[in-house]
Amino acid sequence: MIKEEAPFSLRTPVDERPVRIVSAQQSVVSQFKSIWETRELLRHLVFSEIKIKYKASKLGVVWSMFNPALTLAIYYLVFHIIVNNGVPQFVIFLSAGLLVWNFVINSVSTSTGIVVDRAGIVKKVAFPREILAFSTIGTSLVYFGIQLGVTALYMIIVHQAPIWSMLWILPISLLALCLICGAIGLFLSAVNVYMRDTRHFVDVFLMLWFWLTPIVYSYQHTVATKLHSHILLGIHLNDIFFINPVTPIVMTFQKVLYAHAYVRATTPDHSVLNMLPNWSEGSYVTMNLILVGVGAAALLAALKIFGRLEGNFAEEL
Amino acid sequence: MTAVIEVSDVNKRFRIHHERSKSLKERIIHPGQGSYSDVQALRDVNFSVGTQETVGIIGRNGSGKSTLLKCICGVLKPTSGQILIRGTLAGLLELGAGFQHELSGRDNVYLSGSMLGLSTKTIDRLFDSIVEFSELEKFIDTEVKFYSSGMYLRLAFSVAVNVDPDILVIDEILAVGDERFATKCIDRIGQFQKEGRTILLVSHSADMIRGLCHRAVVLDQGQVIADGPTGESIRVFRERMLADTPKPIEEAASAGSATIEAVTTPSGRFNILSGQRLQLNVDLVAHHGFDGHFMMEMFSTEGKLVTRTDPMMNSVSFTPGPHRITVDLPEVPLTDGDYDINLGLVGPDGYEVLAWREQVAKLQVTYNGRGAGWMAMPIEVSVN
Repeated sequence: MIKEEAPFSLRTPVDERPVRIVSAQQSVVSQFKSIWETRELLRHLVFSEIKIKYKASKLGVVWSMFNPALTLAIYYLVFHIIVNNGVPQFVIFLSAGLLVWNFVINSVSTSTGIVVDRAGIVKKVAFPREILAFSTIGTSLVYFGIQLGVTALYMIIVHQAPIWSMLWILPISLLALCLICGAIGLFLSAVNVYMRDTRHFVDVFLMLWFWLTPIVYSYQHTVATKLHSHILLGIHLNDIFFINPVTPIVMTFQKVLYAHAYVRATTPDHSVLNMLPNWSEGSYVTMNLILVGVGAAALLAALKIFGRLEGNFAEEL
Repeated sequence: MTAVIEVSDVNKRFRIHHERSKSLKERIIHPGQGSYSDVQALRDVNFSVGTQETVGIIGRNGSGKSTLLKCICGVLKPTSGQILIRGTLAGLLELGAGFQHELSGRDNVYLSGSMLGLSTKTIDRLFDSIVEFSELEKFIDTEVKFYSSGMYLRLAFSVAVNVDPDILVIDEILAVGDERFATKCIDRIGQFQKEGRTILLVSHSADMIRGLCHRAVVLDQGQVIADGPTGESIRVFRERMLADTPKPIEEAASAGSATIEAVTTPSGRFNILSGQRLQLNVDLVAHHGFDGHFMMEMFSTEGKLVTRTDPMMNSVSFTPGPHRITVDLPEVPLTDGDYDINLGLVGPDGYEVLAWREQVAKLQVTYNGRGAGWMAMPIEVSVN
């Protein structure tokens, strides 16, 4: 029953074709390779996600601004007007932190559920599943860009300049943020397949995490001064704040965008507020470079764990 | 010949949980509890596929054929062992799996194309032929959720067949759609074969496997029980099905009811001239008394079904013991060629196989005319 074979093959000779191996163990290198090969899929996933989200709505992408704007307005109302914290240009201070935080919350909470939400394709189509978690980093970056644009517009309107000479540190900081959120998102997306209430836990944890990050309050003014005198096991309590990797990133954004270390309060006594630490430019650079390193290491670890767990995705879903 | 797909010692175990506890609370309250059992879906599977080969995988439900296909595509990973793939592979496990209902046909072509491994540039180039093949020019900018299921499948299939992989892996998808659509699919696969692609096909339909594949692998309970020429593998598959058919008590008497021992012709030869009479003597031993229908199939050398007799006709009944069935085909209007004969007995319902033999004889037909096709149709023409 052997059929007549074509006289010559029109395909690439077998020996020159790329080789792929499917087995229980997968090296991180091969994971990187397959992710790199499917980068176009990543792009399509990011843009299709954005398109779907706003396709049916009249105002489109404007909606992606509505939620962060309302959050900002509420914190402004509560802390500046009701509590009267006296911080001048409090909107910019808040924006700097919320820019970073919205990225964290968008990417981490969406990627936690993404493998389960996309069960249809995970079960039927072969592609590197890591791409799913990374696509949420992509969409979060798009929203980040829009919010950054609006913040910049506001700063122009109120004549508030960033520290131009330190602006170049922000991309490094953003890279660290992407790596860290990518690592967390990747890890949680895999865990959520096996334990479905991970995502509920994450939502609660994110709320706690928000208040442990100096966004609506100033680290220097609130945390550093009050906790520095308390020492536990030889560590100043305020240093514990830096276990949270988002803290240094938020503080970098505050430094560059808010710019003023000391400001005069808008309260009647016009007291001097120390909003930002007096660190040199160099220490901000070092801090962010360390974070990039930490983020990269975390991402490698997350990839490794993900590689172990993904083998059974199609059957667990 | 270098293998394009090499499956070596692949094992796959599934853990089937009874009383699934997926929530954190339940896991904390009952640590380490929750009963499960391991199912060995694949057991030491070894085979390889060369270039330009079209290989079919057959097996009944739960034999592990879909699991194997998923492992080859990379959707599942084997528990142990490895699969080596040379070249690009497109797995069509489900048509339209990557579609997003909220997006337009156009966006979905790009999305699912990139999921199958195409670059945006390639999709740009192929876009027109994809749309043309799907015959959906008018609706390409409509959201997919407004498509009828037929339109949806047409678009999905068009994307799938326009992917240009070295290896194509197909799971049952040809079963969908109307007849015209199915023919279009099969024609496309024939074209793929001519282009020197490797095709791996899973199907429940032994006829489809026979028509398309050079070779077939039979899986049973996760193990390869046959790997060879399609006809031979299908014989093994049918015999295994027959041997293991579960026997409900009242029907127990009918399963594997008879053994076909020999098929002969009165002349002792299996070559005839086109249009001649063919007589067959089928010797069998009935294990008990039963009623059924005699059925016969003929296949061309390409594995295409030439004819299958109506399974509801030709009823026969047997008493226990040896019998001879005399089959008479008064006129065999076939054209030149060799034809494989399969025959056997089916139950009164026309489905249940009571006795079956694959490729019991090869019929040689000599046709001296210049007509073409399988059949030399008797024809009368008159002029007034």
